[in-house]
Amino acid sequence: MRNLRFALWGVVIVAAFVFGLFGYQLTQPKDEFVRSALVGERIPEFALPAMVESRPGLSSTDLADGEAKLMNVFASWCIPCAAEAPYLEELERQGAQIVAVAITDTPEDVDRFLLQHGNPFTRIGDDRISEVQLSLGSSGVPETFVIAGDGTITYQHIGDIRASDVPVLMEELRKAQGQ
Amino acid sequence: MRLLAALLALLMAAPLAAQSNAPPAPYAYQQLEDPALEEQATELMHTLRCITCQSQSIADSDAPMAGNMRHQVRTRIANGESPEAVRAWLVSRYGDYVSYEPVASASTWPLFVIPGILLLIAVIVLLRRVGRRVPVEGEGA
Repeated sequence: MRNLRFALWGVVIVAAFVFGLFGYQLTQPKDEFVRSALVGERIPEFALPAMVESRPGLSSTDLADGEAKLMNVFASWCIPCAAEAPYLEELERQGAQIVAVAITDTPEDVDRFLLQHGNPFTRIGDDRISEVQLSLGSSGVPETFVIAGDGTITYQHIGDIRASDVPVLMEELRKAQGQ
Repeated sequence: MRLLAALLALLMAAPLAAQSNAPPAPYAYQQLEDPALEEQATELMHTLRCITCQSQSIADSDAPMAGNMRHQVRTRIANGESPEAVRAWLVSRYGDYVSYEPVASASTWPLFVIPGILLLIAVIVLLRRVGRRVPVEGEGA
């Protein structure tokens, strides 16, 4: 009888623990980002043709030319990409070299987007079917990768860049340059 | 009034601007010519998570990203890669999260071990109870 009572208390404690865990997890904000598993790895090999006439295309060798860069993954049809445009320009003003990959897009739409929101990019690759995006482990637009001079991915920013992200990205760029 | 209605209609059409004008990838909505390969691809696509619409498999989703992922799966399988190799390629990019197929790993092994342990405990408890009751009944008779 005494054994049974102990066993029942055991059940109560286990149940309280499990429900406590449920309650705790339900109150935690959910991280909906799917991060790339390639941060810290070399960039996979690729060669994308030019998206627009005014800028050359982008290949993995362009990203391993000894200079750390930002690589922005964007699309003309993506509204947060338009929202982050002023901050990309700010990053460029502060000396960041920015290249871009345009996802599932057309030259006319990208030209119109750049005309409207500015063009801080030195190169723009045409990734019509997300092939490079998938090989980068990028889960959407916009995203910004920091690439060290030897082509190593050192940082991934998911979502649009806001004012508070500008110093963070500049700092990551400095760290990548020192590598 | 008519102008107001027109403006309102225009406002409601705004989400349409958030759509790509580029055509979908060739194998996003097109099956492979070889039915055996298509079957392999379809089976795999049902167990891969769409990255932008995370509660759907890429076979179920109409998101452009899911279409592009289906294109990757189909072209890779058509090129002779095994479904598990394609899955491994995606997992190496996005982590286990991209796959719906459960795997036993450093963080998931308790899910596989605990039911076994609970079953074992249940069997032991049951055997002890049943084992105890028989002699008691024997004494009473």
